[in-house]
Amino acid sequence: MMNFLRNLDRRWIFLLMGVAVALPLLLKASFPENPNPGAEIVFNTIENLPNGSRILLSYDYDPGSQGELMPMAMAFARHCAEKKHKMYFMCLWPLGEPMIQEAMNILRSEFPELKYGTDYMNFGYKPGNEAVIKNTVQDLHTLFGTDYNKTSLNQIPMMKGVKTIKNMKLIINCSAGDPGTKQWIQYAATPESIPIVAGVTGVQAPQLVPYLPWPLLGQLAAIKGAAAYEQILIEEYSQFEEPAYVDAAQSTTAAKQRMGPQFVAHLLMIGLIVLGNFIYFIDRRRGRA
Amino acid sequence: MTPISHTPRYLAILLAMFAVVPWSFAAPPAPPSNLVAEDAPDDVGDQVNLSWDAAPGEVAGYNIYRKVVVGDQISGASQLESVGEETTGVTEPVMPEGPDGPVRIEDLSFADDEPIASISGGETVYLDENVEPGTSYMYAVQAVSKTLEVSPLAITEVPVTPRWDWINKSKLWFLFIMVTISSVVILFVLIAKSGRKVKVRKIAGLEAVNEAVGRATEMGRSCLFVPGILDINDIQTVAGLTVLSNVAKTAAKYDAKLEVPTARSLVMTAARETVQGSFLSAGRPDAYNEDDIYYLTDEQFGYTAGVQGKMVRDKPAACFYMGAFYAESLILAETGNSIGAIQVAGTAMPSQLPFFVAACDYTLIGEEFFAASAYLSGDPEQLGSLKGQDMGKLIAAILIVLGCLFSTLFVVTQNQKLGEIAAYISENILGEEGLALNDKQVAGIKMEMVQYEKDQAFAQTMEQSKKTFLESQKAKAEMIQSRDANEQDAQGGEGK
Amino acid sequence: MIAKRTIPLLLAAIVGFLMLATYFVPETESYGATAMEMFIIISAAAMILGGGNLLKINLAKMSQRRPGWGYAGITLAAFIGTLIIGLFKIGATPTAAVPGHSWAAPIVQEGAPFWWIYQYMIVPLTATMFAMLAFYIASAAFRAFRAKNPEAILLLATAFIVLLGQVYAGYWLTNFLPNLQHLVDILPESDHAFAMIVGTQLEGGAAWWQVNYDGLSFAQFTTLQQEIVINMDASLNDWFWQFLNGLRLENLSDIIGEVPQKAGFRAIVIGIALGVVSTSLKVILGVDRSYLGSE
Repeated sequence: MMNFLRNLDRRWIFLLMGVAVALPLLLKASFPENPNPGAEIVFNTIENLPNGSRILLSYDYDPGSQGELMPMAMAFARHCAEKKHKMYFMCLWPLGEPMIQEAMNILRSEFPELKYGTDYMNFGYKPGNEAVIKNTVQDLHTLFGTDYNKTSLNQIPMMKGVKTIKNMKLIINCSAGDPGTKQWIQYAATPESIPIVAGVTGVQAPQLVPYLPWPLLGQLAAIKGAAAYEQILIEEYSQFEEPAYVDAAQSTTAAKQRMGPQFVAHLLMIGLIVLGNFIYFIDRRRGRA
Repeated sequence: MTPISHTPRYLAILLAMFAVVPWSFAAPPAPPSNLVAEDAPDDVGDQVNLSWDAAPGEVAGYNIYRKVVVGDQISGASQLESVGEETTGVTEPVMPEGPDGPVRIEDLSFADDEPIASISGGETVYLDENVEPGTSYMYAVQAVSKTLEVSPLAITEVPVTPRWDWINKSKLWFLFIMVTISSVVILFVLIAKSGRKVKVRKIAGLEAVNEAVGRATEMGRSCLFVPGILDINDIQTVAGLTVLSNVAKTAAKYDAKLEVPTARSLVMTAARETVQGSFLSAGRPDAYNEDDIYYLTDEQFGYTAGVQGKMVRDKPAACFYMGAFYAESLILAETGNSIGAIQVAGTAMPSQLPFFVAACDYTLIGEEFFAASAYLSGDPEQLGSLKGQDMGKLIAAILIVLGCLFSTLFVVTQNQKLGEIAAYISENILGEEGLALNDKQVAGIKMEMVQYEKDQAFAQTMEQSKKTFLESQKAKAEMIQSRDANEQDAQGGEGK
Repeated sequence: MIAKRTIPLLLAAIVGFLMLATYFVPETESYGATAMEMFIIISAAAMILGGGNLLKINLAKMSQRRPGWGYAGITLAAFIGTLIIGLFKIGATPTAAVPGHSWAAPIVQEGAPFWWIYQYMIVPLTATMFAMLAFYIASAAFRAFRAKNPEAILLLATAFIVLLGQVYAGYWLTNFLPNLQHLVDILPESDHAFAMIVGTQLEGGAAWWQVNYDGLSFAQFTTLQQEIVINMDASLNDWFWQFLNGLRLENLSDIIGEVPQKAGFRAIVIGIALGVVSTSLKVILGVDRSYLGSE
């Protein structure tokens, strides 16, 4: 037995992890969520802006990290829509565009009163990484020229009076790496004093802590942050708890549902670490004896 | 005669309506006051900052007008006298005499032109980014009401001439620090070059490089070098390639096979040059095979999958990860671990360091990674640069300690001088406020001190009232308790 | 040798110093963006080099029938197929803005073949790769977190706290320690909402006379509400209460992130920044030439 554990094939660990993640998903196990202060700050920032404020939403992630970032990206879109904020979508990652499409699908189906071009619009993807951010500060019209559908920006009603992102009240950034929140902070938020809130992957979150509380007002870190945000959103706007929203392709409780697997996976990891140490101590004792 | 007697009353009402209606519905708003136009600092003279005090009442927006002042056209424009109208705050310049008496504001005809900008009523600043350096401008701002009524113009008192600045003065301190650190690095490079010995602490991870390549040769297996997933414009990739040049030299010496899969075409080209150079300097140009350095894909996880597959199939005995990494760090390092390879990683991506530390035998953390090429080459010039970096660290440490010290002392003592020093360190030396403390900063510190006093006094009175409150509450509770006890006693007495 | 050594080094030096100048000289401010654009063009052109290399290696593998040559075939088929479909936007529907030209359609247009490739191949493939991290982190943790020495024990303890603090388990395990909810719970039900909201403000650092509720300030509260606020403030400011509250796993995990983690992180970043300065200088000044392949 000890020998088996000592030389434990990693595939056993993989199997355990697979079960740990799959079971809560299949059983739809969920755990109560306690809103954390970070999520509250992010929520209040969007909530307290006057209705109809202009907000830039940059979705800088790709399918690889959509498991972690999609729920919060969708929650941002829903929250902005509830507040009737004017949404300007864009992305710095080529594969970010389909993520914006998901958000626009939600706006079309759940908020039919909002119209493309007057309430929300999509600049689409622009190559150039941080150079794009620098140019959004200069002139959005020369930078993009058209929206993602090649409609001239001059023909889009909500672009009237918008020259640069200095005309925006807030930047919302969903970021899976570089270019992402760090670049938005360095090249737009800090030099132009535009507040920013972000939803980021777990590994990125510690790197962004030094930028809190200004210009990064708050950040949602990984699924936990998204789940807390969803919880607050549901508490404020109770219709999001209805089955129509919960069972939608992009559920209003997507992150909360994913906290179950995370919970069990964390416990498994603790169990594994304990086991590893147990073997280590037994071996050491024997070695000494 | 009844109608007659009534008429004046109707008339009065009618008149009153006329008098009231224009005032309540169509009264033009008052203009904004204190309009100031200033040259925006530290630019190429293409920007002018406008600021004003908001017009009283509800304002929907402001129109901004601009006029070029050309020497003769509005003669004496720069000496325009002004009479401020106390009631409206309009600054009306006294205009020079024209053929038909004094030139009126209308003749300056700001309002005839299209405004250069219309902005929303909440804002009281505007940055005009469309001016020519050396040209003088007059600005005018008018308030616009919700019903699109416009106010009289508020006009700047003096023309503004944007200036061309050759250097950004707000960044002078940064320049100074950069030059200092760079000079120190160069100085130590020169000192090392002159033959002075430079002592560098042992970096275990780098000692292991040779050992790893040696073991791969013994086992008859290959070495794998991953130069990160970013392009050659990232300095980490460059640092990775300098490590590669040393690894390649060792591999050439031992006659070990070295493979370098890359995620960028330019990195592939650069890596080929590097490895070829190393094989050449090791005297083994014949052993160099271009096809061992190849491009896979730019796609992060596509690349990861490709490298991972390579590892599982070929089972290299040594894996090096040197460059910029993201989520793939752990996937690569764990796969390498599962095939029993000796692994050395080096990166300046702080978020990925824990994963490399957990899964690799040796990890070069941040600056160790940048020190690697100097360390491996043993070249005194390069080793000197490490000493230079230490000096940079010393500067950083001194600034941190001084900044903390003065900030703390300021809070404790509320001494203005200390506050100024703290502000100077954080806002001038490390910020972008320029070489000298400006009035705004000093005013800010004074305000902070006044606010502190006020807060302190207020908090004290509040604490006092809280204490009284709590005491009164306690007394009340005691009173209730003793009353209850008395009542109970009384009841008890009755029961007996 | 001049073409291979001197000219590149000279170019590197000139461009390096010019880019440094863009930060300090307003006139050159826009050069950085221009240089970035030039780099994008160069690296895009270099894609041809990379693609050519991919073709060459895989074709060679196939023609020589080396082991795994079938995979090389799949790679090539996927490469060429995606390239053609994406480049010519095959099957894309023209948009209203540019009718008649399907090549002006968005890159990933819903329903188009490229979207299919994206939606049903790239998305699941990359998500799978990313998800593998969960498996690898478990096996790495199993191996790496051994209490070998005092430092390792510290690391282990930290890992436990953070792992638990991130999920409901942490909340559940240390819920006996005081938190705001406990203060709220002892109040009558009707005051819970009020106490929760002002309590959050107090916790966030507001003084008791600064709290507000429903648009009302402290002075406008009822006597009972004022009493609740003052009592909560007294409890929350009690050092012992704060200490016990800080021991709650979710708070402890936050504190670890906010204090020691942040400090260590900043130290590493300062070291990295200096390393970057020094490496960049060596490249600009030509002290380190190994990236050019010369010795």
